[in-house]
Amino acid sequence: MTPVIWQLVQIFLVVGLAPAVTGWVRLVKSRLQGRIGASPLQPYRDIYRLLQKEAVVAHSASWVFRAAPYVTFSAVWLAAAIIPAFTTDLVLVPAADLIALVALLGVARFWTALAGMDVGTAFGGIGASREMMIASLAEPAMLMVTFSLSLITGTTAPAQIIGFVLSGGVGIEVSMGLALAALVMVSIAENGRIPIDNPATHLELTMVHEAMVLEYSGRHLALMEGAGMVRLTLYMALIGSIFAPWGIALPGAGAVGLTIGLGAFLAKCFVLATVLAVFETVIAKMRVFRYADFLGGALLLGLLATIFIYVSEAV
Amino acid sequence: MLIAAPMSSLLALAVLGVLAGGEMWRHRLIYVCCAIASLALLVGGARHLGQSPGTGPAFILPIGLPWMEAHFRLDNLSALFMVVVNIATCAASVFGIGYCSHLPEPRRVTPFFPLFLFGMNAVLIADDAFMFLVSWEFMSLSSWLLVLADHRTAENRDAALVYLIMATFGTFCLLTCFGLLAGPEGAYSFAAMRDAKLEPVAGFLVVALALMGAGSKAGLVPLHAWLPLAHPAAPSHVSALMSGVMTKVALYGLIRILFDLHGHVPWGWGAAIMVIGGITAVLGVLYAILQDDLKKLLAYSTVENIGVVVIGLGLAIAFKDGGEKTLAALALVAGLYHIVNHSIFKTLLFLSAGAVITATGERDLGRLGGLLKRMPWTGAATLVGAAAISALPPLNGFVSEWLIFQSLFKGPSLPHWAMKFGVPVVGAMLALAAALAATCFVRAYGIAFLGRPRSPEAAQAHAIPGTMRWTMAVLAALCVVLGAVPVTLTEALSAVVQPLTGINIAVSADLGWPWLSPVSSTRGSYSGTVLVLTGAALFVISIVLVHGFGTTRTRRADAWDCGHRENIPETQYTGQSFAQPLRRVFGSSLFGARETVDMPEPGDLGPARLVVRLIDPVWIIFYQSVIRVVGFLADRVNRMQFLTVRRYLLMMFATLVFMLLVVAVRQTQ
Repeated sequence: MTPVIWQLVQIFLVVGLAPAVTGWVRLVKSRLQGRIGASPLQPYRDIYRLLQKEAVVAHSASWVFRAAPYVTFSAVWLAAAIIPAFTTDLVLVPAADLIALVALLGVARFWTALAGMDVGTAFGGIGASREMMIASLAEPAMLMVTFSLSLITGTTAPAQIIGFVLSGGVGIEVSMGLALAALVMVSIAENGRIPIDNPATHLELTMVHEAMVLEYSGRHLALMEGAGMVRLTLYMALIGSIFAPWGIALPGAGAVGLTIGLGAFLAKCFVLATVLAVFETVIAKMRVFRYADFLGGALLLGLLATIFIYVSEAV
Repeated sequence: MLIAAPMSSLLALAVLGVLAGGEMWRHRLIYVCCAIASLALLVGGARHLGQSPGTGPAFILPIGLPWMEAHFRLDNLSALFMVVVNIATCAASVFGIGYCSHLPEPRRVTPFFPLFLFGMNAVLIADDAFMFLVSWEFMSLSSWLLVLADHRTAENRDAALVYLIMATFGTFCLLTCFGLLAGPEGAYSFAAMRDAKLEPVAGFLVVALALMGAGSKAGLVPLHAWLPLAHPAAPSHVSALMSGVMTKVALYGLIRILFDLHGHVPWGWGAAIMVIGGITAVLGVLYAILQDDLKKLLAYSTVENIGVVVIGLGLAIAFKDGGEKTLAALALVAGLYHIVNHSIFKTLLFLSAGAVITATGERDLGRLGGLLKRMPWTGAATLVGAAAISALPPLNGFVSEWLIFQSLFKGPSLPHWAMKFGVPVVGAMLALAAALAATCFVRAYGIAFLGRPRSPEAAQAHAIPGTMRWTMAVLAALCVVLGAVPVTLTEALSAVVQPLTGINIAVSADLGWPWLSPVSSTRGSYSGTVLVLTGAALFVISIVLVHGFGTTRTRRADAWDCGHRENIPETQYTGQSFAQPLRRVFGSSLFGARETVDMPEPGDLGPARLVVRLIDPVWIIFYQSVIRVVGFLADRVNRMQFLTVRRYLLMMFATLVFMLLVVAVRQTQ
């Protein structure tokens, strides 16, 4: 019965925690920029405020526009529920491995891009076109990371990968380093962070993700924003659990183990969010047509990670 | 009987099709009969798969070559393909009932449609090389006639010519291939070929010729260039069959030769086939993204999907040669699963293109838009098809892609260095193709069905007949079912591949229904069923939460668009502008894409135009030279049409002497 309970905890933990993570990133960024910044709880208030407002839907919008926020949010939520964050003892973990996880995030992107095009405005088209361009390079990079992890650990299931890394099966591998670098680059692109996209921008021509959700308001916007927050937390859980799995509770861990697991997860999110804020502050945004260099680099790093496994074997 | 009766009735229907004349109800009736015949063949194939006795009884007809009879037989592999083919033919026939009256010249389509169905099914049950080739030609020529159905446009005539040349080339390769397989004794039955031992050189040539022969029909790069010309030229329900299942019949030929007739294909070929598949997949989808013609886009996407299947086949060959039976079976199951899937969603998408053409008369993306509101059923079914072909869970496209990735990830376990380094590269290509496919279909669907109408035709799209809608709904439902409950199909497939790889794998090892865990439960698993149920639960919870904490008030208003209020649909993104980022990334090097802006002179009131030029390098290098040679030869041969009777008689005499000499030389040896 416990895997079911922990699964439920995880499902509501990721959603409950996500706005705080985003709030913390914003707070650290404003401090670094010399501003006082809003409380890390501000995103909760924002979402609540959006939920209270009526939703405005364009005349030209079809049902896809209205369904997309719900589909996007539940797809990202499902993906986040499956990544082991504080324990690998979750009942849903075998339902999707890393390949399926990439594809689940693809579902969210597919619907968001379609929603962007549904109203029939130029900005929606810009956003959808650029988002899909980014994704068509970031998704293969992510799959190459999965490939190299599967070659190192012999499995694509996140729980087993974590178990393998924790059992000391992985030494200090060049491939793991390359895979981590590729995954970080993909996470930056997929979450629309600087240098690929600026989540705070409101200058129309530089927007990617914001341009797609431009027409949304009220509860629909709340869901779209919420999906973005959950996605950020998901990537933090992914990086934290696979490349720094220490503290995570394995099956059979008692109450103490689970408390440690929860604490470790919170600490990892805290550290990664801070690092992200610092990184975003010191770097400038790229031109759209240079994304290909950045993401092509991530793809090649992923490919090198798989090939280096044999190079290091042969040496 | 479930096979023979419908087959002969299809032939009879072709004759009736000629007699149908201008009466529309007769055409409709023929399509109804075609649908019933396909359904019977579908049931026949499925029943064979259900009983699973390995090979069925041979069925011998006293026709064909004088010294041998025509052999027919249904085994597991042909039964599977029979099911695949006839799901699509049944759908296309039902679609045709409503669609035929919208065709410009139904009389040029109806007679050849049953012939085409007959040809495809006959290839599958042929059990000797002669019948195989005759049926293959039947399929090629009847589809060529269908490509010529709308022969008034020069574009279609050119497409038909290129298709005919490539079909002849393919048959020529297959003919030589079977000649080598038959050996010097001329044992043309498949049973004899299986037992024969091939010399290494002959074995090498057999694989190369099979790849060229079947590969040109399936659309493998660089033999693909005819496909996006010919498939869209036919009426949409025929395009659906050509793209959806004729390419699968070609793959059936490839699998039959490589896995069944040819005793042992070396791993090097497996690696080569895998790389060809990877290149085909990436190039196919890149071409597709740059197309503005809805049907051409779908045809290029077929090229991509064939590449994906061929990656699986290549892997299976390499694994089989390396002694990894389980993995070989897994790779083959993955390839076959993708064959089943692609035949369903490509048929669906082509039929939906047919529906769009019926409703608007347009197939140019730049003149469509907003169709989801005018055609809610077609729009919803197409959305399912587009999501399935983009390999999104929980639909069927993802299952086969997942299986292919799972077997690909095990590729480096083979001892060869070429595989260790080659497999990750192919993996990157497959991943790239999958991601680009999603982009391609977001673009196609978003531009055609969403947004605002870009032309008056799109704004006034009219209703389509109910039979067309229902066909698409059924195909869309199949996409969902095969994605959510994949285990039933994988079990049938593993029975199909058992004779080819010598092992019956349980694709849901350890965990049981409904989990897919091909190697073992700890090596990665997937369950569409669980994802659907959990996803649905989370979907409901998010609705409840959002509506519980907030308000459900909704207001309709003009689009905000950052304050740019306008009513000009031309300001929307077009297909060209959507593809622009990717064209910049890949196009300039691969396709020599050039963008030029034609600015009017100062004072001239004409609009400025952005012109994009694309070059298909394969077309320039390979096809144009072939076409030039063929044209040259045809001109020379043309003189023979105008000889005197005396010279014709002389030529016949010379031929006879030559043939007798050949016989004499062979007898003295």
